[in-house]
Amino acid sequence: MTTTVPEMTSAALPAAAPARWQDYLQLLKPRVMSLVIFTAFTGLLCAGAPLNPVLAGVAILCIAVGGGASGALNMWYEADLDALMRRTRGRPLPTGRVQRGDALALGITLSLFSVMLMGLAVNLLAAALLAFTIFFYAVVYTMWLKRATPQNIVIGGLAGALPPAVGWAAASGSAPLSAWLLVAIIFFWTPPHFWALSLVTCEDYAKAGVPMMPVVRGEAATRRQIFLYSLVVAPLGLVPAFTGLGGPLYLAVAAIGGAGFLALAAKVAFPSHSPTPAASRPLLPARGREDARRLFGFSIAYLFLIFAALLVEHLAGVRPLVR
Amino acid sequence: MSDPKGESEAARKARRGRNIALAAGLVLFVILVFVVTIIRLGGNVATHGY
Repeated sequence: MTTTVPEMTSAALPAAAPARWQDYLQLLKPRVMSLVIFTAFTGLLCAGAPLNPVLAGVAILCIAVGGGASGALNMWYEADLDALMRRTRGRPLPTGRVQRGDALALGITLSLFSVMLMGLAVNLLAAALLAFTIFFYAVVYTMWLKRATPQNIVIGGLAGALPPAVGWAAASGSAPLSAWLLVAIIFFWTPPHFWALSLVTCEDYAKAGVPMMPVVRGEAATRRQIFLYSLVVAPLGLVPAFTGLGGPLYLAVAAIGGAGFLALAAKVAFPSHSPTPAASRPLLPARGREDARRLFGFSIAYLFLIFAALLVEHLAGVRPLVR
Repeated sequence: MSDPKGESEAARKARRGRNIALAAGLVLFVILVFVVTIIRLGGNVATHGY
């Protein structure tokens, strides 16, 4: 790995307020953590294995803390980038409220504690998968891929996709194909989701020198890629209904949601206004942003709804369509 | 009252908040380890019939 840890410039550090405990909580990316908890809990429940509710709670806590720890490590490493981007410049490190060393210590400590407790309280497979998730996000994605390739969020998306498998392993001690199917859905959902966001915020990424797809390959190529991945996500979302995982509610939600996802992705890929040649103007004109923003918002709702449908069916004891 | 270390009131309050949060986290961790031990021990005893 050739990348070195970037140093913060003094210009990025205004007069810092004293660090409050809430600043350290912010390092754990609570909003990302909530999605991690939700998908991990769905995996845990879908496993259908009897697990003591307290141990199930400990498993979810470990996954949440492990996810938060990787968020802190990400903020530690990316403090220089965060200071350059509007979306992230208010974070505790760029504002100087928290020192970089403190963020690193928090990330490492919570990583060790979450993996250790998962191993002791639940099982070793879940602990190993959790450790791999943290490593993949903090090292493979943050330190290596993010500044190196426009495929950063495609490969790095695996870290965000793994929580259902960790939850499944926590409940059953194994990670069968059904668990990896849930992982695959999130994995293929991630590129269109993030590229829709990066179409909206590509000036920031360009300024920070992050090789996101719209910055490197241009708008038209990114829009095409979004549509291609959506062609995979929509049908893949239906598969759990035919593998004994999802029931009629899931099928309905995945079918309607998938159709909506495809329709919005098609609007992004084939805009009504004339496409901007990537080479002449790599950054998106303002009028083309609304469709990308709509797809970004819808993609969150889509993922939430299909996992919520699985959750509701398993809680309500609805039979899967196929046994 | 001024702090001998020259710490401002805001800094003192922030430090106190951090200390309380850290203490709460540690206490929660200790309780978790205790409860998990009891549950795992109970399960093993039941399995082996000691």
